[in-house]
Amino acid sequence: MNIALALETALALVVLGVAVWTIAARETYAAVVGFVAYGLLLALIWVRLDAVDVALTEAAIGGGLGGVLLLGAAARLRAAGTAALERPSVGVRLGVAALSVAVALALAAGVLLLPDPAPTLAPAAAENAAATGLGNPVTNVLMAFRAMDTLLEKVVLLLALVGVWSLAPDGVWGGRPGPRHQADPRGVLAFLARLLPPVGIVIGIYVLWTGANHPGGAFQGGTILAAMWLLVIMAGLADTPPASSRRVRLVLIAGPAVFLSVGLAGLWLGDGFLTYPAAYAKPLIVGIEVAMTLTIAATLGLLLAGAPERSAAP
Amino acid sequence: MSFLLDVATIVCVSTGAFFFLAGTVGLIRFPDTLTRLHALTKADNLGLGLVVLGLLPQSESLRSGLKLICVWLLTLLAGATVSQLIARAARREGSSP
Repeated sequence: MNIALALETALALVVLGVAVWTIAARETYAAVVGFVAYGLLLALIWVRLDAVDVALTEAAIGGGLGGVLLLGAAARLRAAGTAALERPSVGVRLGVAALSVAVALALAAGVLLLPDPAPTLAPAAAENAAATGLGNPVTNVLMAFRAMDTLLEKVVLLLALVGVWSLAPDGVWGGRPGPRHQADPRGVLAFLARLLPPVGIVIGIYVLWTGANHPGGAFQGGTILAAMWLLVIMAGLADTPPASSRRVRLVLIAGPAVFLSVGLAGLWLGDGFLTYPAAYAKPLIVGIEVAMTLTIAATLGLLLAGAPERSAAP
Repeated sequence: MSFLLDVATIVCVSTGAFFFLAGTVGLIRFPDTLTRLHALTKADNLGLGLVVLGLLPQSESLRSGLKLICVWLLTLLAGATVSQLIARAARREGSSP
């Protein structure tokens, strides 16, 4: 047994342990912390599997934004004082447990019963990599070979935001999401919110740009930009924009709109919907990714900010 | 020369790993929030700093070396700020556990 195998086995065991602990934890906050640690450890496993793109996304979404979302939910539950009162009955909990176990078993069976060698399209994707001029096979699959999935995924993200916004009471429809954060303007948080975003924005753009040839891309870059925006909002240096703002709505639809127009132009200029003329494949894909990064950053930031709670007037 | 660099890497990374170990032991064993934060930030600052220092001779290019240093500096910034915020919150609540 070599060192790498020992490390991987230990990592897998720790991930399983953290997963069990997250489910068993009685405190909501403790469970959230467990979930964040679980996401970060899972990212390490993806790195060991040479899936750095997936690792980046898992760390950003599972460890980062997902954790913040759950922390916010835990804080609201505690403030409302409902967590202790509305404890689900034993029957409900057993039912949920049975359902979860069934899903886990079905997934495990699906993975374990794969024929050997498993069916794969990876060689086909690698063979045709030259068609787009991009060096990162994951970006190739996401933006060219399976572009339809990515387009629909972005629309789903937008629908999720519409779902969150629709929770707003009638009186503040179109208002500003979340509370107005107050922090000491000369305190540590405000200091960090002034110092970090310039660096974070550069790193976000770098992750987007490098995604053409190396691990990275629109989703990972957009998440970093969203995190910087949220930091500024949480430090009270900026307010969330009202949901009725035209500019915000334009940014929110920019990504899917550019993607869709390029896709429709493919019907006319290329070989069909979502096909790129070979000579312009790379600039078109990078252009779509730039628009999508802005949309993803705005959507994720607003998803975390929550439903409108205050009227749009400042 | 490359042998010396390898030795430097092994020494630095091992020392860094020791600081991480010490920080983790401190996080588990120290009695209250403030001392635990102290142990944790030592692991971040010195442990990661030594690991990065040890990895620098192994980096293929100036670019990847600079990236490693960036990672360390960003972790320093995040660790220092977050521990300040946690310490303030802990002092405001006045709870020691």
